[in-house]
Order: sequence, then C-alpha cells, then structure tokens
Amino acid sequence: MERSLTQRALITALGWGIALLLFFPIFWMVLTSLKTETGAIATPPQLIFRPSLSSYIDVQERADYLRFALNSVLISVGGSVLALAFAIPAAYSMAFHPSPRTRGTLLWMLSTKMLPPVGVLVPIYLLFRNAGLLDTQFGLIVIYALMNLPIVVWMLFTFYKEVPNEILEAGRMDGARTWSEVWFLLLPLTLPGVASTGLLSLILCWNEAFWSLNLTSSGAAPLTTFIASFSSPEGLFFAKLSAASTAAVAPILVFGWLSQRQLVRGLTFGAVK
Amino acid sequence: MATLTLRGLRKSYGAVEAIKGIDLDVEDREFVVFVGPSGCGKSTLLRMIAGLEAITAGDLTIDGKRVNDVGPADRGLAMVFQSYALYPHMTVRQNMGFALRLARVPRAERDRKVEAAAAILQLGPYLDRTPKELSGGQRQRVAIGRSIVRNPKVFLFDEPLSNLDAALRGQMRIELARLHEELQATMIYVTHDQVEAMTMADKIVVLQAGRVEQVGTPLQLYHHPANLFVGGFIGSPRMNMLPGRIASSDAAGVTVELASGVRLKVPVEPGAAQPGDAVTLGIRPEALMARTDGELAGEVQLVERLGGLTLLHVGHGADLPLIVQTDGADASRARTPIRLAVDAAACHLFAANGITLPHLVTHRLVA
Repeated sequence: MERSLTQRALITALGWGIALLLFFPIFWMVLTSLKTETGAIATPPQLIFRPSLSSYIDVQERADYLRFALNSVLISVGGSVLALAFAIPAAYSMAFHPSPRTRGTLLWMLSTKMLPPVGVLVPIYLLFRNAGLLDTQFGLIVIYALMNLPIVVWMLFTFYKEVPNEILEAGRMDGARTWSEVWFLLLPLTLPGVASTGLLSLILCWNEAFWSLNLTSSGAAPLTTFIASFSSPEGLFFAKLSAASTAAVAPILVFGWLSQRQLVRGLTFGAVK
Repeated sequence: MATLTLRGLRKSYGAVEAIKGIDLDVEDREFVVFVGPSGCGKSTLLRMIAGLEAITAGDLTIDGKRVNDVGPADRGLAMVFQSYALYPHMTVRQNMGFALRLARVPRAERDRKVEAAAAILQLGPYLDRTPKELSGGQRQRVAIGRSIVRNPKVFLFDEPLSNLDAALRGQMRIELARLHEELQATMIYVTHDQVEAMTMADKIVVLQAGRVEQVGTPLQLYHHPANLFVGGFIGSPRMNMLPGRIASSDAAGVTVELASGVRLKVPVEPGAAQPGDAVTLGIRPEALMARTDGELAGEVQLVERLGGLTLLHVGHGADLPLIVQTDGADASRARTPIRLAVDAAACHLFAANGITLPHLVTHRLVA
C-alpha cells in the first residue's frame, strides 16, 4: 500500500510529536537539575541560563549516591535473574507439555498484575517483618522477582512457542534429558528472546518505587528511595530533586539506549517473521 | 542388532482412539514400511515406538525388554523427521555429534564417527556449515547422518522424503536402500507414498484408521491383497474395481457376472461365497489389454502418455473409468471406441465384506 506524500508527512509529524511529548519531561528534568534553586522556580521558566553542577554536589553531600546505585543494581539484577530462574522451567513446561489448564494458568498469572500492589501491602509487610526481611536486599529481590514473574513467564512462553517441537523431539531422540534439552537446544534458540525479557525485567525493577519505598529505609534502599528522600515536607527543592532524579535514571537510560535493538527485536519477536 | 515386538498397542486421545490394537513383529535388520492414507495413525504408531507419544495400552518390547515406560532418550533408537528438525544453531558437525556429546563420548572419537558418517553420506565438504546454508537434500542427509552416528538399535523414519522434489526423492530412495544394505540396520519407515513402500520395504504394514489391514512383502500385498482396501491402496495406477455377482463356482475357480452381463472365470477359492452373492472384481491396469476380440467394450476418454508406458482411461457406463496400462507405442486416441480383454487369472475377487477370495495359485514371485 503506497501512502501519499501528505499522509506520510502527517504520520512523521505525529511520530515526532509523540516522541517529543514523551521526551519533554526528561529533558526538562535534566535542564532543571542544572539550574540554581531560584532559577528552577522562576516564572517564566528560564530556557537560557548558566548551567551549574551545584545541585549535584549538594545531593552527593547529603546522600551517598553510590550506595543507593549499588543497591539498585544488585536488587534489579538479582530480581531479574531469580524471575528468569523460575520462569524458564515454568514457560518450558507450559509451552511444550501443556495441560488443559495451561491457558487458564497463564491468564491467572497475568490477572495478578491487575491487582493494585497496595492491596497486598499489609500482608506482605507483616510477612516481611516477621521473617526479618524488611530493609534487606534479599527481601526486595524476592518481591521484584515475584512482581515480574507473570510478565517474564508470558514473554518466554511466546518465544518458546516459536520453537518447533520437532527440534526438541530430535534432541530427545538424541538422548537429551529435560535439562540438556533446555540448556543445549531451547536456550540457545531463544537467546534473543530471553535476553530481551531479562532487559525488560531489569528496567521494570530499576524503576519500581512502591515496594522499595515501603519495604526499605536505608540499608537496602535503591535509587527510587534516594529520589524520594529529596521531596521533603518542608518544601520542594526542585533543582536538587531533578539532580537526584537525573542521577537515578541516567544509568538505566544509557543501558536502555545501548540495548534498544535487542529490546525492540525481543518485543516484536514473532510478530514479524 | 535389534528386534521389536508390538502387542495390542493402543493410543487414545481422550475419547478418540487413534491406534486400535496393533500386533507386529519387526525382525533384526528388517526394513519395515508403515503405509496408509493420511490420518491412518502410521506416524502416531512410529512416535509411540520412538517414545515421543505415550502408549495407552499394550506392550512394546525392544530386544525382549518392555520399554513402554522408558523415555525416548533411553530407548536407543534414532529418528529422522519429516521437517529434518536439525538444530539451527549448530554446524553440521555439531548436529551430527550432538548425541555423542550428550553421551560424553571423547571429542576425538566423536569427530572420527562424525567424519565416518559424513563420508557415507558425502557430507564431508559441508561439516562446518549451518543447516540454513544447505539445500533440502543436504539437510535430509544431515538428518540421516545424525542418526547413523549414534549407531542406534533401530532407525525410525517419519516421511523423510516428502519435502524433497521428485528427482531428489528418487535419488534419496536409492541412497536409503543402499544405506540399509551397508549398515545392516533395522529400519522402520513411515510413508504415504506407496512407490517408496514398494521399492524399499522387506515388509509393508498397511494401516487404516488405526488398524493393520495387512502385513507382507511388497509383492505379497500386490498380488495377494487381503482385502479391498489393500487392493485399492497398493499399486499405481490403482486397481480397477467393478461390481458383479457370483454366477457359479467349481474347482477351477469362481465365475463372476458383471453388470454388463460379461462373465469371467477367476481362479480363486469360493470359500463361503454362494452363487448370487455380490462381489467386487479387481483388475490391475496391466491385466487389461486392448484387443478387438476383448470382453469389455468402452470408449477411450483420456490418453496419458508417459513415454515408455501409456495409460488409457476407458469409460464403460456409470462406474469410474477403467485404467488400462499399455505400452508407449499404443496408438489409441481419445473419444474412440475400444474393446478390452481381461487376464482373468490376474484378477481379484472381494466378497461383500471386503475380504479377498484367496487365489488358487500363489504368484510365482511370492514365496
């Protein structure tokens, strides 16, 4: 189907419009982080000013960025690896040895994502308190793994569905037991899918704020808590808040940028064959 | 190397029974072909032997050991799939050596075996390519090579040639027959192509709707089909079937009267059949000859010239046209009248229930 020139121009403009709309808050945040506190709240907003890194220095003096960042890395990676460790066998069994209830189980898993997390906050909080998991990295890793498990299983399930059953059967005839089958055949064949699933899980963990704010205080607090600590009741310091936010999202932005090809490929896998 | 026995083998999917009790013996070094129309259960049966489908009831033994509950990895069989099912992320060498790698065979021995198999299949120059860099025929050979390397008890083939073009199929057929000769291996081969079945098999198993219709050598099935289904299924072009009635019978055979009033004496035992019973007369295309004094009259509708052979489609009233096989020099033309002589000794008679009335004389090529 050939589109006319005006149609193409319109679509292009629309695409740019949406992209700018999505990008603008991040752009404004970065801009604000480079202003002084007075410059940050000036009306009309300043577009041209002398950039300064003073907010970043203030932020680093008040809180140890590196400690929060390390927690974020540890918890995100840990949560994603744990989720994959459970999801790989789960999705394998659902994709290649389905039972009459497999579809229902998948839908049920997804439906848990429709429950607002706050609905289970109190029981989880009490469980964590009694198990001594409050403000521990391990506790957050468990919560994040559970939180992403439905999505990770779903994604892996769709990737696995693309693998012809006969290849695995050939492996079985060649003498492969379940684990060799997964390790030597399934994982190499779905590696792009598994990688993009892991990347997505990583990003979701990194950006998660609800559970980290409620279940950690200082010891295991990731960068989301770091940001929140700069929105104080005595009044907002927008420049410092922006500096903290920029510092918190920068690693994942760079990471996303570097892995975007992998992500896009994974998310559209199967759609375009 | 290996013998295989199937006793009362059954497979059900819920309420649907796909395999309805199969008894079969596969001898050591035998080339057995399962043949039948699509949906007859031949692939399911093969997969049950392989261990890829669970057996609902009955016993499967390999070398006298019951293997119903042994997984596919431990049955010691190798399978070649219709889709080849090569591992796309591995080279030809890795594909062929995968089973040995899983069995922790040392690398040097592995390489030696892979190279030996590659030599048999002329795959030497392709060992370091990946499957997608190979042609269909080469992929098929890799799939076969993968099974050879393992030195399995039994080779299982699931319609391995059906994705190849006609020329390549003919060539691979010969290669497989040669391979069977060379490896002295037990092979079970599933196909819907009865040319493959006829040319390669030591023993053909004709299946229909989950049951065995007949087991025998290719020529046994061709010259002595057990029933109407086997008669119609084996042989290409198909056997001509004409309805008739038994007029009389004596020690020399049964006289059948066709709808057109023509009478033929077929040398078969009448058994329980009585004069007046409805029967079906089966005439192979080569048992019909164009002759001016022939018993059957008709009109040539279509002439198929294959070069060395010519097939005439002869209309004779309401039934399907008769197919007549004559030689390439036959000058018959469409829309001309013709008379056909029947070689009654080569005809078959099937009772109303489809069972063959047995021939008085066994064909000389059938032991």
